[in-house]
Amino acid sequence: MSDLPRPEALFANINHTPPKADWMDVPVDIKPGRYCYAANPDSVNYVGLPHARKWNPLDDDWKLPENWQEIIFKGLHERLQKYRSFKIFMDICVRCGACADKCHFFIGSGDPKNMPVLRAELLRSVYRGEFTTFGKILGRFAGGRKLTPEVLKEWWYYFFQCSECRRCSVFCPYGIDTAEVTIIGRELLNLVGLNIDWIATPVANCYRTGNHLGIQPHAFFDMLDFFCDDIEDITGIRPEPSFNKKGADILFITPSGDVFADPGTYTCMGYLMLFEYLKREYGLDVTWSTYASEGGNFGFFTSHETMKRLNSKMYMEADRLGVKWILGGECGHMWRVVHQYMDTLNGPEFQNSRMEVPSNPITGTVFKNAASTKMVHIAEFTADLIKHGKLNLNKKRNANIHLTWHDSCNPARGMGLLDEPRFVAKSVVEKFTEMPEGTIREQTFCCGGGAGLNAGENDELRMMGGLPRANAVKYVHEKYGVNMLGCVCAIDRAVLPNSMQYWVPEVDVCGLHELVANALVFPGEKERETDLRGEDLPGLEDE
Amino acid sequence: MKALYSLFLVFALAALALVGAGALGMEKAFGLYIPFLAVAVFVVGFCMRVVDWGKSAVPFCIPTTCGQQESLPWIKQSTIENPSTTGGVVMRMLLEVLLFRSLFRNTKVDLHEGTKITYSSSKWLWLGALAFHYSFLTIVLRHMRFFTEPVPGIIAGIEAMDSMLQIGAPTLYLTDIAFVAAVTYLFVRRVVVPQIRYISLVQDYFPLFLILGIAFSGIFMRYFAKVDIISVKQLAMGLVTFSWVVPEGIGVMFYIHMFLVSVLLAYFPLSKLMHMGGVFLSPTRNMNCASRKFRHINPWKFENVHYHTYEEYEDEFREKMVEKDLPVDKPLAEGAE
Repeated sequence: MSDLPRPEALFANINHTPPKADWMDVPVDIKPGRYCYAANPDSVNYVGLPHARKWNPLDDDWKLPENWQEIIFKGLHERLQKYRSFKIFMDICVRCGACADKCHFFIGSGDPKNMPVLRAELLRSVYRGEFTTFGKILGRFAGGRKLTPEVLKEWWYYFFQCSECRRCSVFCPYGIDTAEVTIIGRELLNLVGLNIDWIATPVANCYRTGNHLGIQPHAFFDMLDFFCDDIEDITGIRPEPSFNKKGADILFITPSGDVFADPGTYTCMGYLMLFEYLKREYGLDVTWSTYASEGGNFGFFTSHETMKRLNSKMYMEADRLGVKWILGGECGHMWRVVHQYMDTLNGPEFQNSRMEVPSNPITGTVFKNAASTKMVHIAEFTADLIKHGKLNLNKKRNANIHLTWHDSCNPARGMGLLDEPRFVAKSVVEKFTEMPEGTIREQTFCCGGGAGLNAGENDELRMMGGLPRANAVKYVHEKYGVNMLGCVCAIDRAVLPNSMQYWVPEVDVCGLHELVANALVFPGEKERETDLRGEDLPGLEDE
Repeated sequence: MKALYSLFLVFALAALALVGAGALGMEKAFGLYIPFLAVAVFVVGFCMRVVDWGKSAVPFCIPTTCGQQESLPWIKQSTIENPSTTGGVVMRMLLEVLLFRSLFRNTKVDLHEGTKITYSSSKWLWLGALAFHYSFLTIVLRHMRFFTEPVPGIIAGIEAMDSMLQIGAPTLYLTDIAFVAAVTYLFVRRVVVPQIRYISLVQDYFPLFLILGIAFSGIFMRYFAKVDIISVKQLAMGLVTFSWVVPEGIGVMFYIHMFLVSVLLAYFPLSKLMHMGGVFLSPTRNMNCASRKFRHINPWKFENVHYHTYEEYEDEFREKMVEKDLPVDKPLAEGAE
């Protein structure tokens, strides 16, 4: 983050008043720090996506295929038939502007093309200009324009400045969801080979090795084994997780971000400890898979088809292992895919008939809300355990933490997972304070790096996008002394620490199950001196 | 500039009617043929647009969830904002269509000294939109007295309510005031707020001016340049009963009013005004949010999709898996070590 201006300077530069010139006359200016690098052709080729090549967004020539316009038109036409959402959203926007100041990227950058309405107009104007009678005849007078290479570059730049968080859709009187427009826009770009590497390479890795960093099975095993060493040091208890175990009760799938990057690793240790506890106390048999070792679905940021191809692994593995149902870890877009797409994409084809409506064998609770997908969120699962008093918890171990809660966008606006994590959090920490209304629950802000934008090279964009969230955290930090931001998303855990360090350096970031594991008391464990991060437990010196 | 274009366009349309129905004496065209044609374009066009949308598939269940999901029995679900039953979806749509629920949530962002951002409730757009749509509806219903004989009680009732304050003669309609105020607000907002001006197109200003033109011509006709109401009703009744007559001496202001209404009707299906139909079809609002509970079927199939199977995976990594005692389906081939 060395090139970034100081936070005050970055903030002072935000100007929400658009320029005088008409937006169609403002040429796209691709600024370093606000875009992600072009995809590595090897990754694009690996999953057989079209027109893999080396190209650079800063070059004039993007080496487009000769018939690129034809490809886009055909793709656009096809998608207008296939997605009513897209067609309706192209047609009925009245430009009332309710969404304009709802986007974290607009709030933080002031770039008017980051207003959701205008981001969609980038595509809508071409739709009008090339597909509607009015637009074809009247052209710009009817708000239409032609698809030129300049326009395509503008699409690429701004569709990869949208984290598909759906906050704008909450405020739209017609429910126009810019995420839908961005998803289709990215599919069209994908058709002419304009991918970004931070999406294409994770997709290829997920496809091959099961997880987005390309960790091979033996290394995946080693990483979890390493966590078990740490847990043993801290608690005296060594978890014995099982891998690819046939006949286990439950298959656990989590975003692999938790397996290799702090502070997600502590959340991952939390899962390991919870499962070990449940195995010892209640005989619950949970297995991890190295093949389906990624919950996050980077295909979602490429095309619906790629999403399906990656998502299918979850059911294929559940089928192969013969588990009763699947438990999912803390992840954002993974849960949007699981909740809203998975059953449609792969339900009947890949879900085996032996799977059961999920029920918690320890409490007897049947998760009727997951009757068809057979996949339960770990916050739902743990909340149920705690409610039934099945976990021995000691809140005091988290006494040094004053927590506030970040509703991760996708679980909040694509699922409605709001109160389960709060219940769990309040059961394991003593001090909990909500951020102001308008910044939480369905109105929550994105971390600034969702939808595949968590690359190193676009740090300015991420800090701008992270500003609204950080600003609300800063408020509760200064007013109430909040020092920890909890969340249920691996991208959050990857992006928010940087954003906090930049805007509110006194606040740290954690996952939900890190807090649970800190509070979880194993029978026969040694007296803990530190939390999972190796920091001294509060009040220990007094005891 | 875009606002001016739109304003000129509406003036030109009014002038067209003034010359056409006035100087050139084409009362039949402006009183009967054009309105009839406009209604036909409106009805057919509206239906075609809705059918066109309806023909596009709804492959995924993608509602925006704006509240707590259906979850554990002791967690209170937000049954309207995150519905898992048809009843909940209907309630959600009713709130959306009748009360503009989503717009009610609107907030305004402000940047302050240092690095501070605040969000405050901003209900003006909601209020303006609500006033506009409901007064428009009332005015349309009121006008039904021209097309019905005898006038149904409900329409007479609406009219009586609307002229409750009994100001002046003829009595002043409250909706006329609310309507003009609301349309003016919606226009001023577009011009004054820099962000809204930036996103506004000709087709955002044009309907506003057109509607304002209709309102002014109507009000002018009612309170100032009085037209012969009996004759107007005669013409209107003739239109709906297909016994077309053009009574003498209605007054040219009526034809201007009628022509602008005709333009609005014909323009409707071609424009963003179709949000009236589209709002009912929006998948982010009209779908059940319980997509893990009930399977949603995609009507089309993905083609040429290849999956990376476990067999392929194990074939690539078998040796490394065996090394770590990870279970494998096929043993290492003999002598492979």
